[in-house]
Amino acid sequence: MAALDVEVEQIAATPARRGRRVFWLAIAWIAMVVAAAIAADWLPLASPSDIDLMARRAGPSPDHWLGTDALGRDILSRLVFGARISLTVGLIAPLLGLFIGGPLGMLAGYFRGRIETLVVGGIDVLLAFPPLVLALAITTYLGQSVLNITITLGILSIPSLTRVARAATLSFADREFVTAARALGASHRRILMRELLPNIALPLIAFFLLVVAVIIVIEGALSFLGLGVPAPAPSWGGMIAEGRDSLDTAPSIAFLPAGAMFLTVLAFNIIGDRVRALTDPRQGAL
Amino acid sequence: MDGSLLEVRNLVVEYAVGGRTVHAVSDVSFEITRGETLGLVGESGCGKSSLGRAILQLTTPKVGSVRFDNVELTRLGRGPLRRMRQRIQLIFQDPIASLNPRRRIGDIIAEPLRIAGSASRSTRECRVRETLSAVGLEPDQVVGRLPHEFSGGQCQRICIARALVIEPELLVCDEAVSALDVSIRAQILNLLEALKARYRLTLLFIAHDLAVVKAVSDRVAVMYLGRLCEVGSTEALYRAPAHPYTRLLLDAIPVPDPEVRPPQSVPLGEPPSPLAPPSGCRFRTRCTRADACCAEVTPELREVAPGRQVACHHPLVGA
Amino acid sequence: MTGPPLLAVEQLSVDLPTPRGPLRAVDEVDLELEGGRTLGIVGESGSGKTMLSRAILQLMPRRARIGGRVLFDGRDLTRLDAEALRRLRGRSIAVVFQDPMTSLNPVLTIGRQIAETLREHLEIDASAAATRAIELLADVGIPAPKQRLRQYPHQLSGGMRQRVAIAIALSCEPRLLIADEPTTALDVTVQAQILDLLDRERQRRDMAMILITHDLGIVAGRTDEVAVMYAGRIVERAPTARLFKAMCMPYTEALLAAIPKLDAPPHTPLAVISGRPPDPTQPFRGCAFAPRCRYRAERCADQRPSLIPADPSGHRYACWHPISPRAA
Repeated sequence: MAALDVEVEQIAATPARRGRRVFWLAIAWIAMVVAAAIAADWLPLASPSDIDLMARRAGPSPDHWLGTDALGRDILSRLVFGARISLTVGLIAPLLGLFIGGPLGMLAGYFRGRIETLVVGGIDVLLAFPPLVLALAITTYLGQSVLNITITLGILSIPSLTRVARAATLSFADREFVTAARALGASHRRILMRELLPNIALPLIAFFLLVVAVIIVIEGALSFLGLGVPAPAPSWGGMIAEGRDSLDTAPSIAFLPAGAMFLTVLAFNIIGDRVRALTDPRQGAL
Repeated sequence: MDGSLLEVRNLVVEYAVGGRTVHAVSDVSFEITRGETLGLVGESGCGKSSLGRAILQLTTPKVGSVRFDNVELTRLGRGPLRRMRQRIQLIFQDPIASLNPRRRIGDIIAEPLRIAGSASRSTRECRVRETLSAVGLEPDQVVGRLPHEFSGGQCQRICIARALVIEPELLVCDEAVSALDVSIRAQILNLLEALKARYRLTLLFIAHDLAVVKAVSDRVAVMYLGRLCEVGSTEALYRAPAHPYTRLLLDAIPVPDPEVRPPQSVPLGEPPSPLAPPSGCRFRTRCTRADACCAEVTPELREVAPGRQVACHHPLVGA
Repeated sequence: MTGPPLLAVEQLSVDLPTPRGPLRAVDEVDLELEGGRTLGIVGESGSGKTMLSRAILQLMPRRARIGGRVLFDGRDLTRLDAEALRRLRGRSIAVVFQDPMTSLNPVLTIGRQIAETLREHLEIDASAAATRAIELLADVGIPAPKQRLRQYPHQLSGGMRQRVAIAIALSCEPRLLIADEPTTALDVTVQAQILDLLDRERQRRDMAMILITHDLGIVAGRTDEVAVMYAGRIVERAPTARLFKAMCMPYTEALLAAIPKLDAPPHTPLAVISGRPPDPTQPFRGCAFAPRCRYRAERCADQRPSLIPADPSGHRYACWHPISPRAA
């Protein structure tokens, strides 16, 4: 079995028991939000855009479990439909970044030389764009829609994912098992797909989850500023903006969507952290 | 030359490090005949690992020729080189790092067969199991597991199995046993000897431990700071070393016998850096026999006795 | 033998919790070392020798459980508080580790690292520390010591770095030096120089030394006494000359036989110890070496042999079927 020194490292790296419970709670929350977002149409919810001026800023009631907002719309239903927007943008935009940035980073880290210079230079250019100005520009010229927001945020998430992919590839490309594969006559494609990819997948996914959390917040911020998905489509950021006026009379109108966003972002962070911790102990043994 | 499987001529390997050049291998020439084991001995920084990798064209030599079975490796294109690689295999020093931590053993060992493109899945499986047994591992217990579940010695057996599954002709062992415990080392050395006979291999055994090299080699080459100092048959070289550096190496080995007092180490200072090797004979800064001629003229390998070559102006044997 | 030994380890055990169950890294080890003498501890990886040295210094991971006592100069180190231990380490007991590249701080200059230890324990000012540092570097054979003070570890070769590590260890005149595989990472020509240096300094300062290694060749010429460890236990202990002349424990014999000898002809098959060291998370009755031992018998698997004396010289071994007959 492994040498004693390695055992000691592994002992130090195993996460404490308490952390596990929190991890599963986070998974449960995300699962619930995702399920609700997908099944929103079939859930027994009031329509999110039904304005009922008779029941404005109402508290929780049998008809409206979480109350109503300033225009009498059901908050719970708006939360659930808003989750759709947040999750769609929050998951698809980083996926765009992952599928473009990931391969770019791997190629840069593996081939080095001119390819690396090109890729690194490219992402430096992209990073030079102030994100908010880019978002404004795109939404102004192309219009505000879920698609445009997703593409914008997707493009903005490419640089960080490229960097992580490149760093992870660099750390593995020098290892002896890669040299061993070359010595066996493996082609570049083989080495990238069969030797490097399985090893960088986990750290990349861990980072991806953290990016998801960030994108959800950014989308929320854009909606809050009115630059995101246009009304009447509900979104958490928009709901927070609408709740600003009612903070002294019915603070829950703003706090409920804020709370939902907080819990979702926290959950993604926790999951991302745990996935990242999964990659460490095994590497510690090497 | 007939019978020589590997012929290296005037090989030079250099690396650029921050604007300066590391002279890893400088003008090295030797042959290995089919079926023999050549031991290559030297301390760290002497360039033996660089030499091993350059032979496999894993690093491109700056100058020089490497002929394997009469094919010039340095001029091969990518495709032919990859095919040639199936005939020469390499075993590394760190067995655990040489295995992809996320792939299963069966998968890892089948990889060379997959790359070679031959053989159906069932043939591959069969060969994998056969080779695993040959290296002393129980296939059922090994095939589905991951590298971190095994000890250093077992991982090295797995690496050897991976190298032998395509039945290469030349096996380069780069410090293959240095990272292993004494008792495991003995097992692996015996295993290599047995496999050499069974697979009819030719071995280039690179190590820094003279006793280990002696145990497995037919001939030995001693390397210092990028150049060969002496080459000869194992028995003769160890009995009567011709080069002062070989003598120094032999004297420095601790003998497990308390009656033998360790010879007082001569304070010869540190080995020079390969970034700035001394002119002429590179060993002259630490040699008690050095004189002015050693600084000016680089000694070439020349034959001082049948089968013995030394690169020294004042060798201990022959003159 | 005058007075109590400098270091006395009594029934020392170390248990580490692992996901697979508690791991017994060190199993009821007894040791004594007189001042000014050298003890060699020989074992392969997994034998527990490194854990033992860490346990002596009380440098275990937090979750480790220690049993037994470690008496240094009469004081029980397992009972000392953190502050007292800190004052002891580096001052009275010093350590040299295997890999100087990781045991030296890569971002601090050599001078700074030596001075740090000096000022911490001896409370002298910066310039006095610098002078002392130069003296120490000269002592350990580093040329141009004054210039070296400002250099960083990566600018020195492996042998030089190890000399610096030794200089740091010796800086506060310790009574006991623990050298944990000090030459394993070094070339064989540098190895001899470093071992000579340790010998010389030990004699000059009348220091006790524990030399931990896997290489029987190193302990042969340079230690007064040798202890052989296997699976966390000491299986044989003797004055060095006696150990090599009349070894009792089959593991010691097998270890010696597995080393390729320089005077053997090439292609001599090596005597091999079959199998592998036992899994330390599985408790086992009886002798730990039994599964791999040529001479094993029924009793060996059931009853654990304790260390018994072979002769009055202090030679002790733990085996039911020793190789050499007991001396009268």
